[in-house]
Amino acid sequence: MLGKLDWSAIPFDQPIPLIAGGVVLVAILAVLIWVVVKGHLPYLWHEWITSVDHKRIGVMYILLASVMLLRGGSDAIMMRIQQAIAYHSQGYLPPEHYNQIFSAHGTIMIFFVAMPFVIGLMNLVVPLQLGVRDVAFPTLNSVGFWLTATGALLVNLSLVIGEFARTGWLAFPPLSGLSYSPGVGVDYYAWSLQISGVGTLVAGINLVTTVLKLRTKGMNYLRMPMFCWTTLASNLLIVAAFPILTATLAMLLLDRYLGFHFFTNEAGGNVMMFMNLIWAWGHPEVYILVLPAFGIFSEVVSTFSGKALFGYRSMVLATMAICVVSFMVWLHHFFTMGAGPDVNAIFGIASMIIAVPTGVKIYNWLFTMYGGRIRFSTPMLWAVGFMVTFIIGGLTGVLVAVPPADFMLHNSMFLVAHFHNVIIGGVLFGAFAGFEYWFPKAFGFRLDERWGKLAFWFTFTGFYITFVPLYVAGMLGMTRRLQHYDVAEWRPWMIVAAIGMAVLSIGVICQIMQLVVSIRNREALRDRTGDPWDGRSLEWATSSPPPVFNFAFHPDVRGEDAYWDMKIAAQEQSLEHEEPEYHDIEMPRNSPTGFVCAFFATIMGFALIWHIWWMVILGGIGAFATFVVFAWRDHDEYVIPAAEVAAIDRVNLEERRNLVSMAGTI
Amino acid sequence: MPGTVITQLRLRLEGFSRYACPRGLPIASGLPMNLLDPQGPVAAANSTILVDSVFIMLAIVVPTIIAILAFAFWFRASNTKARFQPDFVYSGRVEMVVWAIPALTVILLGGVAWIGSHKLDPAAPVPGTGSPVRIQAVSLDWKWLFIYPDQRIATVNSLTVPAGAELNFQLTSSSVMNVFFIPQLGSMIYTMNGMVTRLNLRADNEGKLKGLGAHFSGDGFPDMMFDVVVVSPLSFPDWVATTAKTDAVLNEDSYKKLMQQGIEKGRPIYRLEDPRLFDLIATQHIPPGPGPELISDAGRPHSGGVDAR
Repeated sequence: MLGKLDWSAIPFDQPIPLIAGGVVLVAILAVLIWVVVKGHLPYLWHEWITSVDHKRIGVMYILLASVMLLRGGSDAIMMRIQQAIAYHSQGYLPPEHYNQIFSAHGTIMIFFVAMPFVIGLMNLVVPLQLGVRDVAFPTLNSVGFWLTATGALLVNLSLVIGEFARTGWLAFPPLSGLSYSPGVGVDYYAWSLQISGVGTLVAGINLVTTVLKLRTKGMNYLRMPMFCWTTLASNLLIVAAFPILTATLAMLLLDRYLGFHFFTNEAGGNVMMFMNLIWAWGHPEVYILVLPAFGIFSEVVSTFSGKALFGYRSMVLATMAICVVSFMVWLHHFFTMGAGPDVNAIFGIASMIIAVPTGVKIYNWLFTMYGGRIRFSTPMLWAVGFMVTFIIGGLTGVLVAVPPADFMLHNSMFLVAHFHNVIIGGVLFGAFAGFEYWFPKAFGFRLDERWGKLAFWFTFTGFYITFVPLYVAGMLGMTRRLQHYDVAEWRPWMIVAAIGMAVLSIGVICQIMQLVVSIRNREALRDRTGDPWDGRSLEWATSSPPPVFNFAFHPDVRGEDAYWDMKIAAQEQSLEHEEPEYHDIEMPRNSPTGFVCAFFATIMGFALIWHIWWMVILGGIGAFATFVVFAWRDHDEYVIPAAEVAAIDRVNLEERRNLVSMAGTI
Repeated sequence: MPGTVITQLRLRLEGFSRYACPRGLPIASGLPMNLLDPQGPVAAANSTILVDSVFIMLAIVVPTIIAILAFAFWFRASNTKARFQPDFVYSGRVEMVVWAIPALTVILLGGVAWIGSHKLDPAAPVPGTGSPVRIQAVSLDWKWLFIYPDQRIATVNSLTVPAGAELNFQLTSSSVMNVFFIPQLGSMIYTMNGMVTRLNLRADNEGKLKGLGAHFSGDGFPDMMFDVVVVSPLSFPDWVATTAKTDAVLNEDSYKKLMQQGIEKGRPIYRLEDPRLFDLIATQHIPPGPGPELISDAGRPHSGGVDAR
């Protein structure tokens, strides 16, 4: 009846996951009860859960990423403590638990923190920057988000029901095959990534279509803000790369469920094929994450320097070059598999070539600052911190792209330090910069600067205290994923890294404090102008938060930095505005499709993991039926009457006129 | 000739790197796994390339970081002395320079990578004194088995080699993937079931080194570190003779026991019954090691994956 599931799946003998799971469960229940008792449920259902508004979905993506960041961060803290104390001892985490933690840490941080964070920011901002009212497929957008949430839910469920993979975040066979990992851990891993992978793929298709097909008047390709370009590049990579991940995991699942032999030791299976396939996805994946971050920094550096982006066309070229070349370097993840000198050298050089456009980007940000008037608000601090940190990560990255150097550094703590250097220093700093920068746009008030700057400085220094010791440990021969060790020379560095982790955690606490303090002082931090940073692109042309239809009129774009040009033009025309004629606006109706579909996908995923076949069928039929019901819908849009549009827009225009006239008097 | 330029630069940087990490300093010597304290030609060449590449890149990275901080500081909004140039948004000359700097660096490093990959291919011969020693390494769950087919002996978790001789490694795995790595001797290489990888190394100085598994292979993975004992060429035959006197025999049956999941704290030695044992493993005549179901060793603190715990 319940497949492999019975009471032994609950880890009653392991206090750490049980207590952690219990606390989370109580917290979730408390929030749910509060929501129901206070009568917020209808609001949540109508305004958020069923919303197809790209801004709301973007916010929900970022919320999911933030919650999962705390989960992945807890894993990181546990690992650092374990390695600090597990010298000549077993530490406090037995191997089967420690191995789950590092596998979950990697999986969560990449798939359920970095991905939803950047996709959330792209969702929130790109339609606004393009001057349009929504993404190309609003309901699909909601489906994508909720499927991602399903994946995150399944990963967290593994904490208390069963186990998570103990194979590392890429689950290399044969270790991840049925013979060596007979438990449900790898199944949790694979099914949650399969389901969230579908979500990511539809998000990618949606954003590519949006950028290619939905741009406002005059917004041709070479007038798009840099963030739109990097969004395009990143989502093209999603569309091209995620099917590889899906296919690879599907083959692994066939091995595990139906006795196939794609990647087994026996019967002609080939583990090297898995290595190639997973990295053919895995390497583009890191550019999927970092390209949007590059876009965010381009916006931030240009805005806070009070200048247009230096070498815009060069930046476009560099972005697209990275997009293409990132598909041709995957083999550098296994130079040590004995591929031969020609192959190694060619992939090594191809990997270095990516450093060229990336270097160009750094220099163009540098020259954007040159001759600027730089305001060091929190987003700009993250941007400068990123530039310094990312160069160091780039250096160590090019270093491990040199095959003979990689022969010494492959899989070492040096490598661990390298990719954290680029993912924290690049993607996470970028996500935080974007969060600080666009928060006022999403919610209508700015974030507290004092707490924001504290968060930056603690995170920045904490990062170095944590990861420089890991570089050193790698040079001392330490490999990754060691649950314990007996080498005295590694010990001090592990202790310093643990201290660094504590400093990093203070940074995270500051970030939470910033949110709390800002919400409390929101009236003082209120942004009435819609343009708190003296911005340059179209998202600042509408109110904060924007009305559901974003723009009463499709803005007319005449050049790069569309909104900056409008502001200049408005000043020159001495503020004469005649009341425009408003029209009705059609907007997509809310739809529970995404939520219901993800509900059934969760059931199906859980049932597949535990081999509960009747429940698999139930979930599958439910998800398909949801799709059918949606496909046969009669009404998918509703009309906002012209009078209502006019009422909303007049307020916005009034604020804006005050802003421009104030700027004029200075 | 770009080759000569690179050689010139390498020679110069080699001097610099030797200065930066001199043998005498405690940080750079005496540690059993320090990458900057090579004990053989392969490791020496690898770490030279490693250090040289870092210095080549530092030559542009350091000025760039200084420029970032300097520009950010000088052009701060509160500095009235800084000239505001909002229209400085394109310059062909600057563009040319910013594309050229990373491109030239990469061309230089690309040369290093190309030459290095060929010279330091793991399978390339590493000539030494005396006759080469053949060693067949098998990664087991979770220990290292070293077979000396010509000497008809085998050891677990301890590798004894003569100084100065070429070491020809053939490697495979009994079950999951792993990586064979002796940091101070150089290049690591994967071990995979049903496949043989090759690696040639040489140890130049007598002494004790450490080796390890460098690819996560399951619960016992941290206990896959092994000793590397480099003895003089003269005492190596003595060691072989002593080892061969052991009563323990390695044959198909004892190998099958050995490959079951478990950690090995001791350093067992064996007489090798059949010098073709490695081939039987690599060609899967002996089937891959069992997973966690077949464990009989209940004494271990943490048995492997129990089904759904």
